[in-house]
Amino acid sequence: MSLWRKLACAVLVLVVCASLAASWLAPSGYAKQYRDATDAPPSRTHWLGTDEIGRDRFARVLYGTRISLLLAPAAALISTFLAALIGGLAGYLGGVWAKLAMAVTDLFLSLPWLFLLIAVRALMPLNVSPVFSVLATFLLLGLLGWTSAARVLCASAGSLRDSDFVKQARAAGIRGGRLFWVHVMPNLKPVLYAQFWISIPVFILSEANLGILGLGVAEPMPSWGSLLKELEGLISGGEEPWKFIPLFLLVVVVTSFQILFSKQEEVAA
Amino acid sequence: MLAGKIARHALALLATLLVGGLLAATLVRFAPGFDVDEQQLDPHLSAESMQALRAARLQDRNIFRFYLHYMNRAVHGDLGTSVSLGEPVRTLLRERAPLTLRLVGIGLALAWAAAMALALTAAWLRTSAYDALTTMVSGTFLCIPAAVLALLSVLWNVPGTLAIALIVFPHVYRYARNMLAKAYSQPHVLAARARGIGELRILFWHVVPVAGSQLLAVAGVSVSMAVGAAIPVEALCGLAGIGQLAWQAALARDLPLLVNITVLVTLVTLLANSGADVIGHMVRDQKA
Repeated sequence: MSLWRKLACAVLVLVVCASLAASWLAPSGYAKQYRDATDAPPSRTHWLGTDEIGRDRFARVLYGTRISLLLAPAAALISTFLAALIGGLAGYLGGVWAKLAMAVTDLFLSLPWLFLLIAVRALMPLNVSPVFSVLATFLLLGLLGWTSAARVLCASAGSLRDSDFVKQARAAGIRGGRLFWVHVMPNLKPVLYAQFWISIPVFILSEANLGILGLGVAEPMPSWGSLLKELEGLISGGEEPWKFIPLFLLVVVVTSFQILFSKQEEVAA
Repeated sequence: MLAGKIARHALALLATLLVGGLLAATLVRFAPGFDVDEQQLDPHLSAESMQALRAARLQDRNIFRFYLHYMNRAVHGDLGTSVSLGEPVRTLLRERAPLTLRLVGIGLALAWAAAMALALTAAWLRTSAYDALTTMVSGTFLCIPAAVLALLSVLWNVPGTLAIALIVFPHVYRYARNMLAKAYSQPHVLAARARGIGELRILFWHVVPVAGSQLLAVAGVSVSMAVGAAIPVEALCGLAGIGQLAWQAALARDLPLLVNITVLVTLVTLLANSGADVIGHMVRDQKA
């Protein structure tokens, strides 16, 4: 493992541990309002200051990080499973099925990702409970983010379909589901892992975009998207630099993911 | 061969239009408040008029009949009326399209100019320090959400076109750099170098033409990226384009407007991808 990879791994472990220890590091929680200290600068009691309604920014960053870092992998798991099912099966079956699946995939891929997300998000009610909004946002990412992975998996499964060991298994009388799950799927594992890991930073960034546009996680629940929305109120870049800390953390985490899983990206390509 | 390719793309476009139209009609049909007509609250209308209004609504309840009506109206240029803005969708699109086209066009031109300048110099110099620097710069932009770049452009008083360029640039740079590096590793480049041909000539005569057709495919995809980037940039920079319209429609759950914009955007991106594919095919044919 190179030095950069080790560093990225250490950063990710540190951030994940800090976010998991949020209730211990910030026991007052993300929603408690300090009405006497609204929009306060960093101090000994509030390390990153408070927001405009007096909530501790450090606590919100920790809890927001926890939400993004736990649910982005969950969404990646859903999208990878769907990609394996749709792309893998289409590639394995080949013929009309592969053409049909890829036509649907191409249709999805032709839509800009953010357009697709906001169009589908708009179909759901916007005034929902914070917990529902968190689940809806990440479920949406998982259910819509399978397309590019499905394309890769379809090609990989297609190349496996005509491989010698599959022909041999078929000659031995193995058919249908058993052939797919026992002989084809295990050989798609490297591609599946790659797709899973490269989906995580994409989903983290997508949640942030939706949050800033007001279509993501609902208040008072924090997420990187809702934390970054605070930048909207700034008048100049030099003013209140501590408000840029969630952005800095997001960039560091996404960069760490990209450094750590750049090899996986090559496998996916 | 080329005619067949064009016909296939045209067929794909038509299928997208038909499927997209069906999806749009279904969403509009099942949108909240579809059955409600303000006229039914008018006390001046007689019982017969009310009955006639209800009968007309009842006809639209059948999704396939509604789809046929919807497509028929769309063919004649009537895309329905926006629920939130109370204006015909066609008028709204016509008013806002020029700004988005200009924004996306200039943004794409800037992104491609920057990405190609960096990728070509990286391919020409082939020094690891320069390569690491350009990769780091593009990688940093890749890690910043598009909406944050839009917010920062407002904060630092930078035009929206530059924000779009910065969103698209890292994606184009990454592909261009990899394609040029791959083209450099071809045996004919080694042969050209062995014959003493200069580095600049190798780059423009032997490397760029090889990567050219693949870069054309990226050009098609970059249109889709730029159109997607128009949403946060227009929404957060206060630019009255189609991206802002889509965002407002999403916040207001204005489905007739949103689905029509979505179908339009899908067509534009499909057209761009098809165009890039056909041109790439022509270039390859000419080379052969």
